[in-house]
This record gives sequence, structure tokens and C-alpha cells, in this order.
Amino acid sequence: MADVNRGNRPLSPHIQIYRKQLTSVTSILTRITGNGLIVAGILIVWWLLAAATGPDYFAFANAVLRSWFGKLVFFGSIWAVWYHFLAGLRHLYYDSGRGLDIPTAEKLGWGIIIGSVVLTVLTVIIL
Amino acid sequence: MAYLTDRKRAEGLGSSKTGTEHFWHMQVSAVALAILIPVFIFTFGRILGASYPEVLEYFGRPFPAIVTGLTLFVSFIHFKNGAQVAIEDYAHGLTRKALIIGVTCLCYACIAVGLFALVRLAL
Repeated sequence: MADVNRGNRPLSPHIQIYRKQLTSVTSILTRITGNGLIVAGILIVWWLLAAATGPDYFAFANAVLRSWFGKLVFFGSIWAVWYHFLAGLRHLYYDSGRGLDIPTAEKLGWGIIIGSVVLTVLTVIIL
Repeated sequence: MAYLTDRKRAEGLGSSKTGTEHFWHMQVSAVALAILIPVFIFTFGRILGASYPEVLEYFGRPFPAIVTGLTLFVSFIHFKNGAQVAIEDYAHGLTRKALIIGVTCLCYACIAVGLFALVRLAL
């Protein structure tokens, strides 16, 4: 049923032919940041396991997390988690049926971008 | 019909029949994480980079251990459900099934390893 004449029907225009908009870019970034956070998640779990295993393994895991690579991942993840956090709040707001008109949606988009940078800077200063 | 709530009317519809439930679980875990994540960032951020004895002492205390355990559990479940939607958007057929199973197993494994480590650190 579902695969009748699937091959030669006209395709609807795909995402790449549309002009990028603030709302579409902030939306796809929500997905990218959310999925990207798996790297920090795995590193944190590994670091905890190392700490529970013993001092030698901890020293190794700790060195990896505090290397330039680890610092880069965690700096990126701090921004990603704040971005995803704010975008998630916007999602909850959208889901309640509010904020869906274009001027409000664009303001919320800028709010997420600027807000995530501000929160990242504050986090890095505090930590 | 007039007695049914909006959610009740949406339940069981769509091709998978489980979309309403999935959406609701995403909302619940999102609200939980909206509270947990800011607390976790500063709880975990404070100890990352400390010495081994300090780390042992820190996770022996109830607050850091409970916040870390809760955040790991809720966020990996939230990740599993979110990544599943992304996979369903881009992958099809056997690839889709394999990826969803893979992500689900990875998330369960991370929760198990994280909680085991915390229990060992705390006790």
C-alpha cells in the first residue's frame, strides 16, 4: 500500500532550497546541540567510573578531561547545554500555543542566541 | 465527545499510535531538566579538576551524589527519546531500527555505569 508508485512522483522542495531564517536555524541548532551533548555525557560517566575504580585510572581520566581536548569539549558543551536549555524552554512555551506569531518567534530566537552566550560567559567566569 | 480532554482525543492517533505519550514524556523530562541542569552544571563544575581525595569526599555527600545521579538518569532518558525522533526523521527501514536500538542501549548503559560509579563513590 504505502510503496505504490513511490519512484516517479514529484518531490516536494527540500530544505536546502529555502532561505535560512532565524526560526529554522535556531530550531535545527536545538537538535544539533542536544545530540552533541552525548559526548560530554559519556565523558562525565567515564570520569565517574574512573573515580570509582581507583586513583590511577582517575588520574588518567582526569588528565583527558583537563587536556586541551577535554577543555574544548566541555567549553562547547557548556554553550550547547545552555542553548538547548533555553531552546527547550521556548519549546515548552510554543507547545502551550503561545509565541507562535513571527515577531514574537524572532524575538525568542534572538533571546536564545544572546542568552546562551551570556550564560556561557557567566558559567565560565563562576567556575 | 465534549467530555474528552484534548490529550485524550489525541491519544492513539498517528502512524505509531504512541506519539502523544512520547511528546508528554519529552515535556515531563524537559521540565525536570530545566531545574536539574543549572544545579548540575555548578555542582559538577565545582569538582571537575579537583584532586582524587576531594572527589571521593565530594560524592560521599548526599547533595552532589543525588543531583548527579538524578541528572544522569533523567538526561539520558531525555536524550534517548529526543535522539529517537531525530533518527525517525532521517533514517528509514532497518537502519532506523538499528540506530534506535543502538542509542537506547547506549543510554541505558550510561545510566547503569554512572549510577554504579556514584554508589561506589558514595558508600
